[in-house]
Amino acid sequence: MSRDDDSAADDPAAAWRRLAALTPARIALGRAGSGLPTREVLRFGLAHAQARDAVHTPLDAAAVRAGIAALGFDTLAAASAAPDRATYLRRPDLGRRLDEASAAALAAAAGEPVDLALVVADGLSARAVHEGAVPLLSALKPALAGSGWRLTPVVVATQGRVALGDAVGTLLKARAVAVLIGERPGLSSPDSLGIYLTFDPRPGRNDAERNCLSNVRAAGLKPDLAAFKLHWLIGQALTRRLTGVALKDESDRLLEGPEGRGMVPDRR
Amino acid sequence: MSYRHVVGPRTFVFADLAELMAKASPPRSGDRLAGLAAESAEECVAARWCLAAVPLAEILARPLIPYESDDVTRLILDTHDATAFRRIAHLTVGDFREFLLTATPDTLAAIAPGVTPEIAAAVSKIMRNQDLILVARKARVVTRLRNTIGLPGTLAVRLQPNHPSDDPAGITAAILDGLSYGCGDACIGINPVSDSVQGLTGLLHLLAEMIDRFAIPTQACVLTHVTTTLEAMNRGVPVDLVFQSVAGTQAANASFGVTLPLLREAHEAALALQRGTVGDNVMYFETGQGSALSADAHHGIDQQTLEARAYAVAHAFRPLLVNTVVGFIGPEYLYDGKEIIRAGLEDHFCGKLMGVPLGVDVCYTNHAEADQDDMDTLLTLLGAAGVTYVMGVPGADDVMLNYQSTSFHDQLYLREAMGLRRAPEFAEWLARIGLTDASGALLPGGGAPLLAGLAA
Repeated sequence: MSRDDDSAADDPAAAWRRLAALTPARIALGRAGSGLPTREVLRFGLAHAQARDAVHTPLDAAAVRAGIAALGFDTLAAASAAPDRATYLRRPDLGRRLDEASAAALAAAAGEPVDLALVVADGLSARAVHEGAVPLLSALKPALAGSGWRLTPVVVATQGRVALGDAVGTLLKARAVAVLIGERPGLSSPDSLGIYLTFDPRPGRNDAERNCLSNVRAAGLKPDLAAFKLHWLIGQALTRRLTGVALKDESDRLLEGPEGRGMVPDRR
Repeated sequence: MSYRHVVGPRTFVFADLAELMAKASPPRSGDRLAGLAAESAEECVAARWCLAAVPLAEILARPLIPYESDDVTRLILDTHDATAFRRIAHLTVGDFREFLLTATPDTLAAIAPGVTPEIAAAVSKIMRNQDLILVARKARVVTRLRNTIGLPGTLAVRLQPNHPSDDPAGITAAILDGLSYGCGDACIGINPVSDSVQGLTGLLHLLAEMIDRFAIPTQACVLTHVTTTLEAMNRGVPVDLVFQSVAGTQAANASFGVTLPLLREAHEAALALQRGTVGDNVMYFETGQGSALSADAHHGIDQQTLEARAYAVAHAFRPLLVNTVVGFIGPEYLYDGKEIIRAGLEDHFCGKLMGVPLGVDVCYTNHAEADQDDMDTLLTLLGAAGVTYVMGVPGADDVMLNYQSTSFHDQLYLREAMGLRRAPEFAEWLARIGLTDASGALLPGGGAPLLAGLAA
């Protein structure tokens, strides 16, 4: 065995540091009797507090709309049928439906059929939307402009679940809907945005009929790459007229093939 | 047949046993979501008065889901032991609560084959948390594969070394950390990201190699779909424990892609491998309140009663381990710490009363109104109740499943606070390799025997 391993047995602390580097799991924390060291109690407490705040911070819909409008998108506001956070958490069915006023407003705003509806919803992390929606749409904007697809205004929705996009897409007569939504926060990922793409949106669609890009955030799937993948998936969905299990994300082939070089500025 | 109870000027009427049991349930968000919950606190207690007067024989005679349309009902009734039931056949639900509080461990063991899930659920609804703890504490269930789990005064731990990309080195690091805290006697069990046979095969070989290298008296499990595990067994991969999530109705099990014959096939295949040393309990099941509702397969029955029915499914296959994943499913089923704590105690009680080796994944998600203090409370109550095993997750933070469970440190706490020992074969191993002293206390040295063993 290598010298390195021999010394590992002699110096447990160094060996545990090397092991801890192999996993994001909270290993080699040390202990105080049967308990955690104070440092680790507080570190955990901070992570949980951040995740809780992500769930309970209200979406600043006005600021999000302003940020999206500054990119050159039209925007609309909407609300689900869940009137507050406590109801939203208990009643997922209400988060999937528009409230009556929003449904009427969207119906009134609907024009000719379009290719794509874009929805931004708080989901379970307003923080993910506050931090991630504008960078994602900013990265997506040039690709959308080049595609020639007809778009709806970006609908910014509060107390929304993924399936709220089905209701929006139906009312706005969109062939497909992309929902950017705050994901259930993990202890180390309070800012994770999910993107769900559904072809032919209508109430009653299930998750097997959608494509999902998950963990979109600065420390995860970066906005540029997420936008690249989303643009690819939208193109496939509109051409092949489907989303879900039958549509696999093969956008990486474009990135890795010679023709894909330089299409995405930063893939890290 | 309807039930009624008069409180002063009001008469509460309950259309049938299913409605009565649902409305007698301690409040929880899942029953409200399903539209089954009592509409007032008074109606809930009126339902409990009513339920307390219902004879156990009547519950047995009136299946909540018809025999003809549900194979879980058929399983429950076809395997019901009329002789064991005779000792309690004359009791009402209210009498049964008092019977249980005075019964000896031997009596509880003797009646277990006569207790249907619906009877267990019914009596639990009129029991306080302290009743659920005291009775469960007397109902011991002992199982064996490579060690002995469930003996009085012991607590086992599933070492759960999950990794967000199934990285073998990362998983190995977490296993070593868990072993250094004396975790892993229930099993070393990985929730994999990948559901492929190839992925499963790699992880099972990793676990088998680890168990062999250190000669650990425990069993490995990769918690993947039973069909994947069956395929792995057909290919000659070492499978100690077959895992599957199960629920309390045929339709909910179908939504998991599971049938009773499929479970039977997997059970027989695992038995044929003869990988046990001290016993042949080769199945591991997980359950959780709300799974039937989330699969739209609840038949208008409250989630706690359906959960107890899942234990009947588990029981049929003589499992080594069964645990409810009590706070995992989210606040639409169990809203806050109070609901999670109540559900954890109910699940543990019902399982033990039916003779199932129940452990509990004491856990919560970040959108539930719960925190580490709630988990400490539930863990402590379950320790008092004699829970068979709990989870050991590094730092309580599962970085693959994104939820918080109990940690390596938490089980140390419970052992110290309650004087709970490990499975005897595993405890002896820990002392032999120098991780603990003879009393089971961790020795200083930071798991040096494991690091040395790794380097050897």
